[in-house]
Amino acid sequence: MSLDQFREEVVDFLEANCLKSMRKPILDESDTYWGGRNATFKNEDQEKWFHAMAEKGWTTPTWPAKYGGGGLSKEHGIVLKKEMTRLGCRPPLLSFGIWMLGPALLKFGSEEQREEHLPGIIKGEVRWCQGYSEPGAGSDLAGLQTSAISDGDHYIVNGQKVWTSYADQADKIFALTRTDNSSKKQIGITFLLIDMLTQGVSTRPIKLISGKSPFCETFFDNVRVPKANVIGDENAGWTVAKYLLTHERASIAGASDSDVMTPISYYAKSKVGVDKNGVLNDVMLRSRIAEWEMDAASFKFTMDRYAQEMKAGQSIGAKSSFMKYYGGELNKKKYELRLECEGRTSLAWDGEGFKGGKVARQFCRTKGNSIEGGTSEIQLNIVAKHILGLPS
Amino acid sequence: MSYVLTEEQEFLKSSAKDLLKEAPVALVRELRDNQNELGYSSDLWNAMVEMGWPTTALSEDLGGLDFGLKGLNILMEECGRTLSNSPLFSSLLAGLVIQKYGGQSHKEVLTKAVSEGATIAIAIQEGQHYQPKNNGTSVIGGAMSGSKTMVADAHVADHFLVSYNTDNGVEVVLIDAKSQGVSISKEFYMDSRFYSTVTFDQVAVDEKEVLSAGKGKSVVSYITNCASILISSELIGLMTEAFERTIAYLKERRQFDKVIGSFQGLQHRAADLYGEIEVAKSIVLKAVDALDENDIMAPALCSMAMAKTSKVAKTATNEGVQMYGGIGMTDDEEIGFFLKRARVAASLFGGYTYHLNRFAKMSGY
Repeated sequence: MSLDQFREEVVDFLEANCLKSMRKPILDESDTYWGGRNATFKNEDQEKWFHAMAEKGWTTPTWPAKYGGGGLSKEHGIVLKKEMTRLGCRPPLLSFGIWMLGPALLKFGSEEQREEHLPGIIKGEVRWCQGYSEPGAGSDLAGLQTSAISDGDHYIVNGQKVWTSYADQADKIFALTRTDNSSKKQIGITFLLIDMLTQGVSTRPIKLISGKSPFCETFFDNVRVPKANVIGDENAGWTVAKYLLTHERASIAGASDSDVMTPISYYAKSKVGVDKNGVLNDVMLRSRIAEWEMDAASFKFTMDRYAQEMKAGQSIGAKSSFMKYYGGELNKKKYELRLECEGRTSLAWDGEGFKGGKVARQFCRTKGNSIEGGTSEIQLNIVAKHILGLPS
Repeated sequence: MSYVLTEEQEFLKSSAKDLLKEAPVALVRELRDNQNELGYSSDLWNAMVEMGWPTTALSEDLGGLDFGLKGLNILMEECGRTLSNSPLFSSLLAGLVIQKYGGQSHKEVLTKAVSEGATIAIAIQEGQHYQPKNNGTSVIGGAMSGSKTMVADAHVADHFLVSYNTDNGVEVVLIDAKSQGVSISKEFYMDSRFYSTVTFDQVAVDEKEVLSAGKGKSVVSYITNCASILISSELIGLMTEAFERTIAYLKERRQFDKVIGSFQGLQHRAADLYGEIEVAKSIVLKAVDALDENDIMAPALCSMAMAKTSKVAKTATNEGVQMYGGIGMTDDEEIGFFLKRARVAASLFGGYTYHLNRFAKMSGY
């Protein structure tokens, strides 16, 4: 089908199935749908929108149709994405299965594994979480020690994961486990899929400085896992993990909240006030805002430039580490400035008049931007080593 | 909007690189040590004129190569890498301004100048800083009096573009350097280049020589925008070269039985600076395209580009000297030339705070 014909079809479909309420910006967690056995729909509109998309496989538009995906070409996928953006359609399904595990299965999984797991991701029946970090393995991820000991056609898994997003809601976890301790630490890691209902798996939410608990600790106590659940080869899980981390870095660098389009100076003007010439009353704050906006614009144009360079066939490589570093630091500075611009109301933690302390909580949350997905310091190490060629 | 060079632009870049091989940083030292009275190599300038560099951005009907500001971005970046001095900057700036705002007589002066390598210098600044709104120069009864400072290439100029105040605001006029009442005092600066204080004492002004009379404010603003593009492009070349030299030194210098580039304290500073240079490049390229396309955002983008590059160029040269250590403090090592040029370039036609303030005002705060 030609792209123009396809566009018409898409618009008709979206108009019919994505009702007005599903085209408003996402305000909080309850506006999103994550699927899985614990999921409930907020209302009928959300349910209708999700089912219409899942049926066509458009929760994953470019995944192969034989697993239930949309089977669209890259170009057709872009048309769908553009039309959804233009109409303001919410994503019908949020999922670590779509963003992380799926791409890994498509690259490293066996045919049986794809047939077993991809349809559940696409239909939103199975909600996945990620088990990477451990209390003793954060920045030094390859130092992880959750053990998987061979026992016939099973592994016996023991250990603890931390920062597992929404583990208490998830059906299954994709985890990095230690299957060999005898050689270099990057070798001997195995990428394993584990059902959260298996005996011996338990979770405990972690309360963050923002007051929210998107993350959990996850414990494994003599958990039996079939060997058929290894993705890639035994002891070769580091390759899969690195592939997924690159995905994660790019998505954190590009992460945006609903306020992203509002310039900081807007808050400053309304909350700090301006003099008769329209200049901010706080001139010290004004120069810092201008500096931030200059840096933010420079960074945005850099992302545009890299996108063009990639199209022209140049490789981005370790630049994703620079993007993750710079983007994370910019977002932290932005929220420091927002508190300074807004003053009193941005410091409130609770209450209707203060939107439940939204700004203060978002501010706290941004502190994680330079920790998650590899700390700023780790990203600088990667730039120094792989771009600048400095020795270790 | 394109961040990737076309084949023609690639060709311009490589021919610029080739010519500037004849003008390494060592040439800047040589001219300085020999107290050359021009401050640049006339052979190099003649070669640039022969290759048509001053006409790079001019349209074909002015005998130009029609590369737009994008072409100037490429040339100035290469000049920044070798710190190469010549009247190129003034010629390019005058060409852009006359092309957009000049009348027939201005264009005749321009086309003659660019083909012969004659210089039209731009005289806007007065006093210590670039503050084009505070003009003390005025014309009374057809005679201009006032004093301009930091005028690049004035000592070799045949003409000046001069800003002055009227009751209705600012105007810009073309003045013959040989006019009665024009005096030039040449001064030597830390970047081993000459800038002059140019005094106009009752100099006769021909009203026909005013550029777009009544639109002087736009002319001055355009001069500021174009100068920002030229200087920020030069600073990108300068900071990239200084950074690459610093990284090479970090891989070579040994202390505590290791190359110092293996120390994390230095690695993180280097990696951070790498990122700052990356984003500075992008904002300059964006501003170049915006001004080429007459985008309404162009003035704000030009000021952002100038503010960002002056800040990063200072950091890059400071880090260069610091990471070179003691040797970086010696005149024998070339990194100091980058430090000194960066300071002068980052103050011409408005430095960091001038442009940050200009950007904030344009953004409505």
